[in-house]
Amino acid sequence: MALSSVLQSESADFSFNNDRSFSFGCRFGQTNLGFGAAPGDRLNFAIKASLGPDDKDGPERKIEFLHGTTTLAFKCWINFSVAERNHQRTASKATNFSSQEQLALLNQPAIPFVIIPQFQHGVIVAVDSRATAGAYIASQTVKKVIEINPYLLGTMAGGAADCSFWERLLARQCRVYELRNKERISVAAASKLLANMVYQYKGMGLSMGTMVCGWDKRGPGLYYVDSEGNRVCGDLFAVGSGSMYAYGVVDSGLRQDLSVEEACELGRRAIYQATYRDAYSGGQVNLYHVHSEGWTRVSQEDVLKLHHQYQEPKK
Amino acid sequence: TMFATQVYGDNGKMKEYHYTGPVEHRFSPYSFNGGTVLAVAGEDFAIVASDTRLSEGYSIHSRDSPKCYKLTDTTVIGCSGFHGDCLTLTKIIDARLKMYKHSNNKCMTSGAIAAMLSTILYGRRFFPYYVYNIIGGLDEEGKGAVYSFDPVGSYQRDTYKAGGSASAMLQPLLDNQIGFKNMEGVQHLPLNQEKAVQLVKDVFISAAERDVYTGDALRICIVTKDGIKEETVPLRKD
Repeated sequence: MALSSVLQSESADFSFNNDRSFSFGCRFGQTNLGFGAAPGDRLNFAIKASLGPDDKDGPERKIEFLHGTTTLAFKCWINFSVAERNHQRTASKATNFSSQEQLALLNQPAIPFVIIPQFQHGVIVAVDSRATAGAYIASQTVKKVIEINPYLLGTMAGGAADCSFWERLLARQCRVYELRNKERISVAAASKLLANMVYQYKGMGLSMGTMVCGWDKRGPGLYYVDSEGNRVCGDLFAVGSGSMYAYGVVDSGLRQDLSVEEACELGRRAIYQATYRDAYSGGQVNLYHVHSEGWTRVSQEDVLKLHHQYQEPKK
Repeated sequence: TMFATQVYGDNGKMKEYHYTGPVEHRFSPYSFNGGTVLAVAGEDFAIVASDTRLSEGYSIHSRDSPKCYKLTDTTVIGCSGFHGDCLTLTKIIDARLKMYKHSNNKCMTSGAIAAMLSTILYGRRFFPYYVYNIIGGLDEEGKGAVYSFDPVGSYQRDTYKAGGSASAMLQPLLDNQIGFKNMEGVQHLPLNQEKAVQLVKDVFISAAERDVYTGDALRICIVTKDGIKEETVPLRKD
């Protein structure tokens, strides 16, 4: 399998260097954690040998977190207006077909045989844009969707630096895969690469809850990966402190026959409602749509503007 | 110099100034030296400003320790937090800049420095540099650029940002005056250099009023295509 060959070529070294010096008050040892990078490109992490219980105050608390976050993604059925047209069209006319249908028709005799695409989902990705450091709002304009490549997206929840660093590394690994195998990486493989990268640091305090969304030859792909080692495939995920509020809205509005605009509006509304109730979510709602041609940035709207839009008609 | 220690009581919380009971001294590799930095990006300029007070605990070590460091002709970085890590970090950045210049035969751009700093900071993810960085400079098109960081390397490009001890006081003021937030029906005028410098001075005067770690003097570095100009303005010394 292509994935295992990628992992074999980089040595995954799980051993720790145990010759750290613990002389009181002086040097803190450096640990060589060869994780899964190309040789000659090792990541060295210096470890603070804790001489006491964890220091809750100080820099740990002041690191920016995206715990205050709502990110959500769901697969949706897309109404193909092409399919509807086929229903109505007459026997001999050939209108705009998708390539799948065209192929099927060529193989048939003169009988007009129409194949309506059943499994053409897309993935809608919606996120907020707030980053907090304790109770301080560090930024309202964070980009929580990382564009790994033109057909793969990753979302960020948890530690801001953790998410952006590891997903940027994932983008690099995906590109290496493309160069080695002359084909795009699948969503399953990309999410597995990310999960394996962070698993080596399990228990060391990384905080990352991300969704890898994309389109590959198996269709739309949506995986949830986190720093605890979870990696699950699914149709709908919401991650972050505001996820419960988002789930409520999406679960009640999700139907099989949503159009693209309706699905986008559902995602937008879900994030807006989450920012309304969750103190740690807010800023803007960024919406992306992943389809067979890749991803498109649908919209970016300020939550305040959405508030007027949704609440005004009630008055 | 003093050993940086923190005084813990029975329940693990830090103790008050007049506490006289039993204490447990633990060595902490960090100490907090105060200071505030601020950066603003304009159409064709960038401003990086910092106060010059270096404190520790209840004392002031120096009244003339600015926190802006010149990296290239088009980039200035402001670092506040733990002074030891600030010094080491700027030395590492200078070394990496030289290495880049030697291998690529050109200077690093502001965006490249920002991306590099992010990975340098993340390299110490499990023993962070206790530094709040803000980079101000000109991007490749000559427009002002500000990049703000957290201690472990998360960063983004902004128009304006305050970091350090008085950041929570300054940032809302900048949001209102430069970002026109929470103002209805106001014309969004672009910021010119003179107004920006005056705003920075006013904002630091306010910070010095209410933050004990900010004061003494203000160092302003103005980055334009003609180079970097430095200005020093006195602040409250109490």
